[in-house]
Amino acid sequence: MPRLSIWTIRAALLYFGFGFTFGGLMLYNKGVPVDPSAWRLLPVHIEFVLIGWTVQLAMGVAFWILPRLRREDRYGNVRAAWIAFALLNGGVLAVTAGAWFDNLAPLVLVGRGAEMAGVVAFAIHIWPRVKAFGG
Amino acid sequence: MPRLARWFIKAGLLYFVIALATGVLYQARTEIDLPTWVSTLNPVYVHLLAVGWITQLIIGVAYWMFPKFSKEQPRGSETLGWATFILLNAGLILRIISEPRVTLRAEPDLGWLLAVSAVLQTAAGWLFVINTWSRVKER
Repeated sequence: MPRLSIWTIRAALLYFGFGFTFGGLMLYNKGVPVDPSAWRLLPVHIEFVLIGWTVQLAMGVAFWILPRLRREDRYGNVRAAWIAFALLNGGVLAVTAGAWFDNLAPLVLVGRGAEMAGVVAFAIHIWPRVKAFGG
Repeated sequence: MPRLARWFIKAGLLYFVIALATGVLYQARTEIDLPTWVSTLNPVYVHLLAVGWITQLIIGVAYWMFPKFSKEQPRGSETLGWATFILLNAGLILRIISEPRVTLRAEPDLGWLLAVSAVLQTAAGWLFVINTWSRVKER
């Protein structure tokens, strides 16, 4: 497994663990009310499990497993993939901060923009690798 | 494919079918007269799909295909793997049983079942992370 996939999949695992924890806190609170503000975790829970976990895991596995190029740089434009990793994670954290802190609300838009740019960078990286094996 | 991976993926497939049937039932309430609890099924539907199907499919495939942990324990701790399966499914089933009733406030005493469900699923999530972490490596 290449280094970028290791970073991406481990980051995804952390988002999975914390996303599940936040979901668990809300569910616990629904059954046995402890603190009504637990519901504020909902956007963070969704962001972590949807983008941080599911989307990022798919990107990490794709980088690992899709056909490689018949060149010296077998993985192609790796820099674009690292940029995608940085932008996606920066985006998730920005969205989280914006959703949690009222005075940082504009960060939600910034984060969504970073996530979108990250996905564009990933598409640029992965496009030439969507091909027949050995082709 | 190892036995535990087959259990995760087949359980996932069952949840996939149940999730979509739940979605049909939830939507049907707008067209036909159904019991009140049907209107509370949206979170159950979403989590049947996201946890029951997608998460279990991912866990099953990861357990099967990620790099081997060691020659002796190629898939990490089998005990942790089975614990993940049992806790996740027990937690999800408890949620399916109790959440509609708690939401309707028909049986608030069942709230503790939801709390237990939350603890079981959270524990399952972290057990999966712990067991998978060391298998995310170069070879």
